[in-house]
Amino acid sequence: MTKVQFSRKNFFALAGALLVYFIIASLLSTGMISKFQEINLMMLGINIILAVSLNLIVGFTGQLALGHAGFMAVGAYVAAVLTLKLHQPFLLAIIAGAVAAAIAGLIIGLPTLRLKGDYLAIATLGFGEIIKGLANNINYIGGAAGMIGIPRLTNWTWVYLMMVVTIIVTVNFINSTHGRACIAIRENEIAAETMGINTTYYKVLAFAMGAFFAGIAGALYAHYFYLIQPTTFTFFRSFDILVMVVFGGLGSITGSIIAAAGITITNAALQDLAVLRMVIYALLLIVIMVFRPQGLMGTGEFTLDRWMPKRGEAGGSAGN
Amino acid sequence: MAGFLQQVINGLSLGSIYALIALGYTMVYGIIQLINFAHGDILMVGAYIGFFAVVYLKLNIWWAFIIAMAGASLLGVIIERVAYKPLRNAPRLAALITAIGMSLLLENGGLMILGTDIRSYPVGTITNKQLPLSFLGIQLTATTLQLLILAVTVVMMIILQYIVHYTWTGKAMRAVSYDRDAARLMGINVDETISVTFALGSAFAAVAGILLGLYYNTIQPLMGIMPGLKAFVAAVIGGIGLIPGAMLGGFALGVFETMVSGYWSSKMRDPIVFILLILILLLKPAGLLGRNNTEKV
Amino acid sequence: MALLETRGLTISFGGLMAVANVDLHLEPGELVGLIGPNGAGKTTIFNLLTGVYHPTRGEIIFNGRSLVGLKPYQITQRGIARTFQNIRLFGELHVLDNIRIAYHWHSRYRVIDAVLRLPSYHRGEAEILSRSKELMRIFKLESYQNEKAKNLPYGEQRRLEIARALAARPRLLLLDEPAAGMNPQETKELMALINWVRQEFDLTILLIEHDMSLVMGICERIYVLDYGQVIAEGPPEAIRNNERVIEAYLGQEVNGVAPQGGKS
Repeated sequence: MTKVQFSRKNFFALAGALLVYFIIASLLSTGMISKFQEINLMMLGINIILAVSLNLIVGFTGQLALGHAGFMAVGAYVAAVLTLKLHQPFLLAIIAGAVAAAIAGLIIGLPTLRLKGDYLAIATLGFGEIIKGLANNINYIGGAAGMIGIPRLTNWTWVYLMMVVTIIVTVNFINSTHGRACIAIRENEIAAETMGINTTYYKVLAFAMGAFFAGIAGALYAHYFYLIQPTTFTFFRSFDILVMVVFGGLGSITGSIIAAAGITITNAALQDLAVLRMVIYALLLIVIMVFRPQGLMGTGEFTLDRWMPKRGEAGGSAGN
Repeated sequence: MAGFLQQVINGLSLGSIYALIALGYTMVYGIIQLINFAHGDILMVGAYIGFFAVVYLKLNIWWAFIIAMAGASLLGVIIERVAYKPLRNAPRLAALITAIGMSLLLENGGLMILGTDIRSYPVGTITNKQLPLSFLGIQLTATTLQLLILAVTVVMMIILQYIVHYTWTGKAMRAVSYDRDAARLMGINVDETISVTFALGSAFAAVAGILLGLYYNTIQPLMGIMPGLKAFVAAVIGGIGLIPGAMLGGFALGVFETMVSGYWSSKMRDPIVFILLILILLLKPAGLLGRNNTEKV
Repeated sequence: MALLETRGLTISFGGLMAVANVDLHLEPGELVGLIGPNGAGKTTIFNLLTGVYHPTRGEIIFNGRSLVGLKPYQITQRGIARTFQNIRLFGELHVLDNIRIAYHWHSRYRVIDAVLRLPSYHRGEAEILSRSKELMRIFKLESYQNEKAKNLPYGEQRRLEIARALAARPRLLLLDEPAAGMNPQETKELMALINWVRQEFDLTILLIEHDMSLVMGICERIYVLDYGQVIAEGPPEAIRNNERVIEAYLGQEVNGVAPQGGKS
């Protein structure tokens, strides 16, 4: 028998997370963070949610998906309809947006997961375009003009809370037999299947989970920026998220977090350069890919273990 | 009936442009298994080269085609050498990201240098007249532009078929796309063959770019995105990597799209195209002309 | 009752009969060899048994139930595990994870248990870990625990693949050329290992092998395949002297085996 251990590592992680939250919350309340910085802070949190959730699909399960913005759009629109049109509480709107996105993930996942590699990429890209196109055609949600006047309910607490939940759920999932099943699919699908892994189930599960968190990110986005339009969720949005995942390293959660933060901050810093910013971004993208195609972290993780004396063996956190 | 046939004529001329772009996509995919997302933007560069040739060099449209083809070919080869070649043995995803990065670079570089102005080819670049047509007693019209597009496309396709099937270079291209290592062992210069493929594909894109500029009567730095994406869809529908597939897919997509716009709603055009894509991928994952091959265990 | 039985097992690829009317019959606890010249259809039979291919005709009965139409993972869960001719390890993953993955379908805890780190998660993980370590100990892979599978020496990779197959806790183990690429000493050790795991894990084993010394040395019964058909079946002694077999192998491996046959 083992009991739930609240190890020293968990304690430090929790303490660190709380500390970051309170420092930034107090900086916000004292006005030390400018309006511009605040916008980027929110984007940073939302991007981390998006990158970590896409990493589950692309990095861990190995399914190349180019339609993450589509899931984000589903979450954003559903949540905005709930608060703006149906006057429901924010939490309910977030959950509904996330569930709707997860259902979209199931709908796209079930039929298309027979496809592999580039074919899956192009199918998911098409899916993202379909979502955008449908939003364009539904008058109830504003058509091409989009939805305006969404109440600003997203604040630092919501963003931080959702970000932490996304990371914890993803990390816990990955470090379980279910997460290993996903990784096995990435490594060798045929071998995974002959090891008794229901590959379809896990691919769809990864899609649904990834879409769920993308839906949360969409809901947060919609309720911070007041306005959502079909063009908010183009292919380039999906691509941006993919870049964060690849830069950070496929299959590295910490890599995704660092890359999402790095790209968001760089973007903010280059804001004044207008179109030159995109040129620099594109050049950096090419240069980094040419010289470090495996990303910042590879599949490795940046963990507290590196800084703490090891107790027991790797993977032995459950004690034995 | 007349309305329907008229839509077919309109669809075929748009479809031939898609087919020209799709050919480049499919050739590049066939030889290095890379979705060259920058292909649509090479089209844009080609359209601008043609534009400048007509406006500043006062050349006629045929010279514009030739100069644009040469310029785009050079660009295509440079892109391959600088950005894709180093990644030939890297993870596929890295190459894909680089391709999208290259696409962003061309688009935003274009915006930076050319600005957001929308330009159009000067009036009289080609003589555009309505021509009455009669088909089985039904009166239809086609413009000289539409006929030009169709004619240019057919000629280009014949040239391509000739190159691929009857020249040494074409044989080398087919060999490299079939098995790169074996081709190398047979003494084929793989790098050069890949460069030639990029040059050819980019030349086709340049032609498509000028035709597209004439067709919509506008050119702007982001003009390549949607046609590029659509043409890629066309290539996938026909069977990616297959030259006849790209032609069939291009024409089919052009006609289909025109029908959706004409009989339903132009706002539904893009989503329906992508729904068609997904349906085809599900029913025939390797495309209309492709053969499904299963992984050897 | 037979553990595995195929009746009239047939698959054709575009008119070519890769496997034609094959009747196999394995009793529980047997160690049976499947041999034949290259391209005879041996691996294709494995692919049919494990659901990678679906038969054009014929029946596969395992443990009294038909396997036809099941997916590979369902067949594994019925109790058949395999190794591959071209090793298919999870190369980028550690040896420990390779084995833990194979325990996957035996683990009882749910996704929600993992996400919330409920006690059943910790219990389940501890069990998987201890069983995996036990297997690594048996297969002398402990020292490689945190090594990437692709970095292991070739022979160890073959052993790891067998260990991984056993982690799925099969009743029938299919080994596809387990000794390929091994030197005689390694092959000898492998033979001992196969014999030992059969006893220890109460297994039935069907193996494809080109190394005749291994096949003749440990198999109790041998099926010989040529052009997709079974041309001979019986104990090693009978196979060695079977004319059709010698004919099928003429100019091939039997040339190397025949002298051995003369000696014994």
